[in-house]
Amino acid sequence: MERIPILQMGDLLLVTIQVDMHDQLALTLQDDLTEKIRSTSARGVLIDISALDIVDSFIGRMIATISSLARIMDATTVVVGMQPAVAITLVELGLTLSGVRTALNVERGMKLLQRTDEDEASS
Amino acid sequence: MTASSGSLPIRIEQDVVLARQAARQICVACKLRLIDQTKLVTAASELARNAVIYGGGGTMDWDVVEKGLRKGVRLVFADNGPGIPDVAQALTDGWSSGSGMGLGLSGSRRLVDEFELESAPGQGTRITITKWS
Amino acid sequence: MAALQQRTIDLIRSHQEPLLAAWVGSLTDAGRAQDGRLSARELDTQVREFWRLFLGTLSATDVSSLARAEWQDIRRFLEELSRERVLKGFNSSETASFIFSLKRPLFEVVQQGYANDPALLGDQLWAISELIDQLGLHTVTAFQKTREDVIQRQQEEMLELSTPVVKLWEGVLALPMIGTLDSQRTQVVMESLLQRIVDTGSEIAIIDITGVPTVDTLVAQHLLKTVTAIRLMGADAIISGVRPQIAQTIVHLGLDLNGIVTKANLADALALALKRTGQTVTRTAR
Repeated sequence: MERIPILQMGDLLLVTIQVDMHDQLALTLQDDLTEKIRSTSARGVLIDISALDIVDSFIGRMIATISSLARIMDATTVVVGMQPAVAITLVELGLTLSGVRTALNVERGMKLLQRTDEDEASS
Repeated sequence: MTASSGSLPIRIEQDVVLARQAARQICVACKLRLIDQTKLVTAASELARNAVIYGGGGTMDWDVVEKGLRKGVRLVFADNGPGIPDVAQALTDGWSSGSGMGLGLSGSRRLVDEFELESAPGQGTRITITKWS
Repeated sequence: MAALQQRTIDLIRSHQEPLLAAWVGSLTDAGRAQDGRLSARELDTQVREFWRLFLGTLSATDVSSLARAEWQDIRRFLEELSRERVLKGFNSSETASFIFSLKRPLFEVVQQGYANDPALLGDQLWAISELIDQLGLHTVTAFQKTREDVIQRQQEEMLELSTPVVKLWEGVLALPMIGTLDSQRTQVVMESLLQRIVDTGSEIAIIDITGVPTVDTLVAQHLLKTVTAIRLMGADAIISGVRPQIAQTIVHLGLDLNGIVTKANLADALALALKRTGQTVTRTAR
């Protein structure tokens, strides 16, 4: 069965979605990711969607779910690389993805994760 | 190369991906702007999924339409499922109702230029959406 | 209603070569092919293609309406022709003459063929005249429509140019909006702002509406949707130049600003943006 690869970099997990996912593939990713967060005790998850030119309500919900599940396991999720047309469409669809952090690219996403870590450490 | 009109069965969730791709191809052929393509293909994704999950499977028909000299893409999603009991309610944002269908349906309406819904209990559902270039 | 007789159609068919020669001749005579915008060969191709479609569609049907399905291919052909002429800089009468100059050669063929039948001659000349007029009109309409589209696209491009997205500082973009905005233009401009944000990796976009006299519901909603989209992508936006009247409109419309920061002027917005991006400007002793 095809799966989307998850890269581990220290205590960070990086997922780059580059295919047009059917629903089952998305759900498999969700399961794989949550399992990997658990097994690696990851502190951060970076989901790169810069190759996605369509994000519909199912994928949107998947992203929000991953973010919530990760938070329960003490990891922060940042979604990066959202294309402008996708952002406009999500707004029109009414999908706010509230609770999901986003950044323009992987570099900024990592900075954001770092800042979050530091904030939490000092509190 | 997609012909300017055609039909695609939507029975299983993998067909939703095919529906997206077909919608994309016809949008490109009609030279819709990128943002309009994105909106239509996203709407197609929502409605195709609804047809699979709530309609027990159905079809997506596509057509190039003309209004004077303007071109447009028209998609029809039809299924013989149980139908929608309360159309008005289904069209209000159902995000919090948990049914899942609500957001896809009302959201799709906002993404397209023309939206027609015919549905009644026991009579299946037929949704026609159009996006103009 | 005039209908083209089969006899007329056969006449046209059997005289096509001289007819085409006469047609192309009158097109070239008027210099319509020799001006470099259109080569003789291109014109010849178009003439032949049109002729192929024309003959193929002619039948003893009522030619009173071009809207009938049988004429669709020719309509499309003429639309394409007009589009190409617009882009090449022809004017509408030059373009329509492609069709209208076909009248005379057709008349001559029909006149010869019906020389002994004046009553029918008049009727058939009328039928041809009606047909050519309709084809010509369709060409002109298509020409005008394409020209309008081209002008609109140029306006959009000019709008993007005249509403430039400016890099104010490292990681800070500014979009000064000027004049009354309509929904369509606002959308175009906003989309290009989003793209610039992605291209430059800027964290903050300042949308300055100092130069906008009024903001109606649609534009306000559009502004808000744009800011929401900017945040979804991972950047943020500040709206500056919000005058009291506009603030009132926003409140009056019951629009939820959703935590979007507004500033009275661009300078304040920049100061905030710098702070947010962790940059400072220091004054040195002089």
